[in-house]
Amino acid sequence: MRVMAQMAMVMNLDKCIGCHTCSVTCKQAWTNRAGVEYVWFNNVETRPGQGYPRRYEDQETWRGGWTLNKRGRLALKAGGRVKKLLTIFASPVQPKLEDYYEPWTYDYETLVDAPLGDDFPVARPKSLITGEDTKIRWSANWDDDLGGVTEAGHLDPMVEKVRAESEDRIRFEFERTFMMYLPRICEHCLNPSCMASCPSGAIYKRAEDGIVLVDQDRCRGWRQCVTGCPYKKIYFNHKTGKAEKCTFCYPRIEVGLPTVCSETCVGRLRYIGLVLYDADRVTAAASVKDERALYEAQLDLMLDPNDPTVVAAAREQGIPQDWLDAAVRSPVYALAKTYRVALPLHPEYRTMPMVWYVPPLSPVVDLLREQGHDAEDHGNLFGAIEALRIPVEYLASLFSAGDTEVVTGVLRRLAAMRAYLRGITLEDDAVEAVPRSVGMTGTTMYAMYRLLAIAKYADRYVIPKAHEERGHELEELGCSLDYDEGPGMYESAAFGEASGRPVPVAVETFHALKQRQTSEGIAPSESMRGRVNLLNWDGVGTPPGLFPEHHAGDAPGEAAP
Amino acid sequence: MSVVLWGVLPYLAIVTLVGGTIWRYRYDQFGWTTRSSQLYESRLLRIGSPLFHFGLVFVIVGHIGGLVIPMSWTEAVGITQEQYHAVALSVGGVAGFCTLVGIAILVYRRRRTGPVFMATTKNDKLMYVVLVGAIVLGLWATLAGATAGHEGNYRETVSPWFRSIFVLQPDVASMAAAPLPFQIHTLTGLALIAIFPFTRLVHAFTAPLHYLFRPYIVYRSRDARPTPGASAPRRGWDPVGTRDRDR
Ligand code: HEM
Ligand code: SF4
Ligand code: SF4
Repeated sequence: MRVMAQMAMVMNLDKCIGCHTCSVTCKQAWTNRAGVEYVWFNNVETRPGQGYPRRYEDQETWRGGWTLNKRGRLALKAGGRVKKLLTIFASPVQPKLEDYYEPWTYDYETLVDAPLGDDFPVARPKSLITGEDTKIRWSANWDDDLGGVTEAGHLDPMVEKVRAESEDRIRFEFERTFMMYLPRICEHCLNPSCMASCPSGAIYKRAEDGIVLVDQDRCRGWRQCVTGCPYKKIYFNHKTGKAEKCTFCYPRIEVGLPTVCSETCVGRLRYIGLVLYDADRVTAAASVKDERALYEAQLDLMLDPNDPTVVAAAREQGIPQDWLDAAVRSPVYALAKTYRVALPLHPEYRTMPMVWYVPPLSPVVDLLREQGHDAEDHGNLFGAIEALRIPVEYLASLFSAGDTEVVTGVLRRLAAMRAYLRGITLEDDAVEAVPRSVGMTGTTMYAMYRLLAIAKYADRYVIPKAHEERGHELEELGCSLDYDEGPGMYESAAFGEASGRPVPVAVETFHALKQRQTSEGIAPSESMRGRVNLLNWDGVGTPPGLFPEHHAGDAPGEAAP
Repeated sequence: MSVVLWGVLPYLAIVTLVGGTIWRYRYDQFGWTTRSSQLYESRLLRIGSPLFHFGLVFVIVGHIGGLVIPMSWTEAVGITQEQYHAVALSVGGVAGFCTLVGIAILVYRRRRTGPVFMATTKNDKLMYVVLVGAIVLGLWATLAGATAGHEGNYRETVSPWFRSIFVLQPDVASMAAAPLPFQIHTLTGLALIAIFPFTRLVHAFTAPLHYLFRPYIVYRSRDARPTPGASAPRRGWDPVGTRDRDR
């Protein structure tokens, strides 16, 4: 058993209102640069819908992820190593910009510069790729809120699949339409096919927290990872010629803060926590023959952080105690494994994705209410889950490789929670039969309710900090004395402020960053060591930090003018 | 004059190639990429790029064979001059022709596809001029050599000179005796070698053969040291907008 820690996320889809705040804040933070205009590390798709890039789930076309080969061994769907190298000169299946969309801006300047005249000037759309006038035909969210679903609804690969299996039962007549939002980021998979596809080996999984990153200095632009990722969450920066992907906001995670998308989520529906897993068994779990058994196999990889043998093995691997404590309190472990209400997205791709989803019950509830039933009654809800085959089949095609039983089980637990809590709040009467009907006790059900519905900040995000005592060695090249509050820490090098060896991020900004991001007011100047704000200086005396501290042995007053 | 051309220039070219590559590897890891343009256009690339690259592989192998292996060796194993030339001309000619067609498609694509042209830098343009020049002149020299009979046997002129460079005793005389087409082709070749490290062509040096042997899943510790030549933190990006296209 080789225990490793993984930062993972759960999204509670019932709460997503499809506002795209997460996408926008993520874009502002990470991809507002030339070359990645079309890139959305976080995107929110309306389902049924084609997704982003269009129809990315159609792996017969895009060939992402893994399959089992004839001998039952795990193999990249796009082909093995030799085939990849032979077709490297022009990738056989790569999405083109038109499968995403052509990013544009508006010619705002004419609004200001246009000469005086009778007509209002207009800002025409300009392509960000060619700089020419362009016609806007598609974008990352063209089918938002089922826009155009009557025309394009059948293009959703999952609708196609469910239809083929159930003879055309998904219809998009307005009254029978169901809809949900699916926010997506990189899954930070346990068995990432993007990484396996990279000829250079530039994509790596961090041993400490499992975050999957692209080494920008080692990526050579072979663009095989774009094909490799079945979720199409690797994007090619067409300006720098390097692949880029969601970073799980690792600089924030390292100081114990949630990702930008989570922090800004209006619905407060994201959970971040640690999961311990057995790295030695990942390949075996991903090679399970039956697609529908993959979900169980994946759950099986997650180790119980309360189990003493697991704890001992984890200690042996050097996982620190506070991380083990965080793993015990992890909301991800609770929702995915203890309560079993969170499911992985497309387990059939065999990448062992680590962003989990609580499927939405609201399509069912809404329908019941519209038909005039009591939508909180668990009897009605259970009946409706069984009767509403179509939403269930569709959800199953997303979250359980088509196994409707898994989805039904989750929805029943959520429905029971609703009914049980109504009993408690309205009738002041906890009906123990309700949780028991889904195999839970009243206490666990109440705990699940606290986590899902009350969802306090501290319960949603249990993020242990990266280790400071290790942090020093981290991004450190040379003598640690130079940095560790040592004499040379904030000296400028010979050619001015930015010259010389860079001050490692870990040391220079760790405390300052944390303080600035968590405190209400302005960070005290002490935390901004080395950064003296001259605008606040009245010219009298010398504020601390204006000059480097005296080294031992310097004559007092000698250096200060 | 001959001494400068065939005794000094080759060394300058080699020094820039080696020195430039080391320098670039140390200081510009971030710029070391194919700068793939497949995102913009795929149809033509899928014909042109494999045609060009596979042709080029044969051309490179042919160059090594022709320049490095002395004529006496092939004769010693019983390959006559005529047989050698027949093979070299047919295989080399086909490979050269593929390369030429491939690069013609690539250049056409660069010029005629709006986004690809926008993404073409001055550096790329210079590189294409020299690269196309070297390929066209090489084919020309081969054809001219084939029709000129004995005089066109580069294995008696260019090859000894080429080998002599590496033992630091450049055989200027034999190169000076080579036919003009070969001389011009050799000069463009030297130019290509000299600019190689400063263009996008460096991607060839990091051809990912180790992919065949590395494990699929890469774990790397957060405290792994930066790769040699990792770029120091600096602004590695441009703001979004159409203005930045002007640069
Ligand atoms: C054997 C190792 C090589 C590999 C694996 C390789 C691979 C590639 C790849 C993946 C591209 C990007 C194509 C795209 O998506 O736009 C490319 C482009 C290119 N390569 Fe290579 N290459 C190799 C050797 C070479 C050599 C030796 C040369 C020339 C001396 C060369 C010249 C070029 C040129 C000119 C382009 C640009 C094509 C264009 O977009 O117009 N390559 N190569
Ligand atoms: S979801 Fe992320 S980690 Fe998984 S294959 Fe895609 S890019 Fe890689
Ligand atoms: S910010 Fe939250 S509620 Fe809004 S779209 Fe994103 S995940 Fe949904």
